[in-house]
Amino acid sequence: MRRSTLFIPGNNPAMLQNADVFGADAVIFDLEDAVNITEKDNARNLIHYYLATHSNLPMEVVVRINGLDTTFYQKDLEAIVSDNIDTIMLPKARVEYLVKLDEILTRLEKERKLTKKIKVLPIVELAISVLEVNEVVKCPRVDGVLLGAEDLSSDMEVTRTKEGKEIQYARSAVAMACKAYQLDAIDTPFTDVNDPEGLCKDCGNAISYGMNAKAAIHPNQLDTINELFLPTEKLITWALRVEKATAEYAAKGIGVFSLDGKMIDKPVMERANKILVKARKFGAI
Amino acid sequence: MKTAQAGSVESNDCLVTVSEASANEIVISSIVDAFFHSQIENVIKSTLEELSINNVKVEIMDKGALDYTIKARLVTALERMGK
Repeated sequence: MRRSTLFIPGNNPAMLQNADVFGADAVIFDLEDAVNITEKDNARNLIHYYLATHSNLPMEVVVRINGLDTTFYQKDLEAIVSDNIDTIMLPKARVEYLVKLDEILTRLEKERKLTKKIKVLPIVELAISVLEVNEVVKCPRVDGVLLGAEDLSSDMEVTRTKEGKEIQYARSAVAMACKAYQLDAIDTPFTDVNDPEGLCKDCGNAISYGMNAKAAIHPNQLDTINELFLPTEKLITWALRVEKATAEYAAKGIGVFSLDGKMIDKPVMERANKILVKARKFGAI
Repeated sequence: MKTAQAGSVESNDCLVTVSEASANEIVISSIVDAFFHSQIENVIKSTLEELSINNVKVEIMDKGALDYTIKARLVTALERMGK
C-alpha cells in the first residue's frame, strides 16, 4: 500500500544520497528515461554501489529498468537484483514482457540466494498496454500499476493537458483493473513542479477515478501527494464510527444497521475498514 | 595509450580518468582534500585491489563524492577502458 512514489535519476549522486529523507513511500531509482543512453553503465554502477551500502532504507526501494524491448535491461537486472531492492519497475509493460521478466527474476533470485521475492510494478504507457491491463494485473509478481500518461499521450498522438481529459479512459481502466485484484493504482506524475494548485487538482482527479497513489518527479510534490492520498479527517471520523457501531451491533447479532439515517451493510463496513487500514498504516490515527 | 573517463564535476560527484601505466598511480584533486584525502585514496586502492588491477593511473577530480560514488565511477571508468 502506497500513497507516493518518487522518481530519482539513477546517475545523480546528489539526489541519491538524500533519497531516504524526502518522505516518499517508495523511491524509484531510474535507469531509463532519466539516464542518457551513453551513461547507462555509469548509472547502473552508481545504483549498485549505493544499494550495497544502504541495505536498510526506510522506504520501498524500486528500480526502473530499461524496457525489455531495449538492449539494456539484462545488464540492468544483473547489476541491481539483490536483497537490497524490493521492486522492479517495468516500462512499456506488455504481458509477454512481464512473463519474461518473471523468468529472469526467478533465475537470479535462485542463483543469488535471495531471501525475498522481488515485486514488479508495470508501467502502462502504451495504447496496447491499456488494452492489456486486465491481463497485466494477473501477471506474476505484479504489485500495482503505474499509469504513464506522457508516453501514452505520445502513443495516442494527443496533446497532454493539465486537465487530463485525454487520459480519462486509461485512468479508469488502470484503476478498475487494480482494484479488482487489490493492487495499487498509481497515477501518472504531474509534470509542472512549479504549479502546486495544478498538482492538487490533478490528485483530486486521480482519486475520483479510484487511483490510490501518485508518482512524483520532484520532492516538493510529496507533501501534497501524501496528504491528499490519505483519507480525509472527515472520512476517518466516519469510518471510526462505523467500526465502533459494527462491533456493537455484531455483539447483538445484528449485521445491518442504520447510522445517521443511512444503512450500514457489508460493503459500507468494508469501505470503512479500507479507510482505516490506510489511515492506520500511515499514522493518521 | 588507452584512457577512459566516468562521472562528472557536478556537486557530490567526481570525474575519474584512468589510463594505462606500468604500476598503479593515484592523483587526487578534491574540494575536501584537507579532510578526506586518505579516505579517497583508500577507496581507490581497495577497489583496484578488489579487481586485481595493478597497472593503471587513476586521476580523480572530486566534488564531494561519497565513497560509493567514487567506487562506482572508478569501476565504470575501468570497464570503459576494457579492464
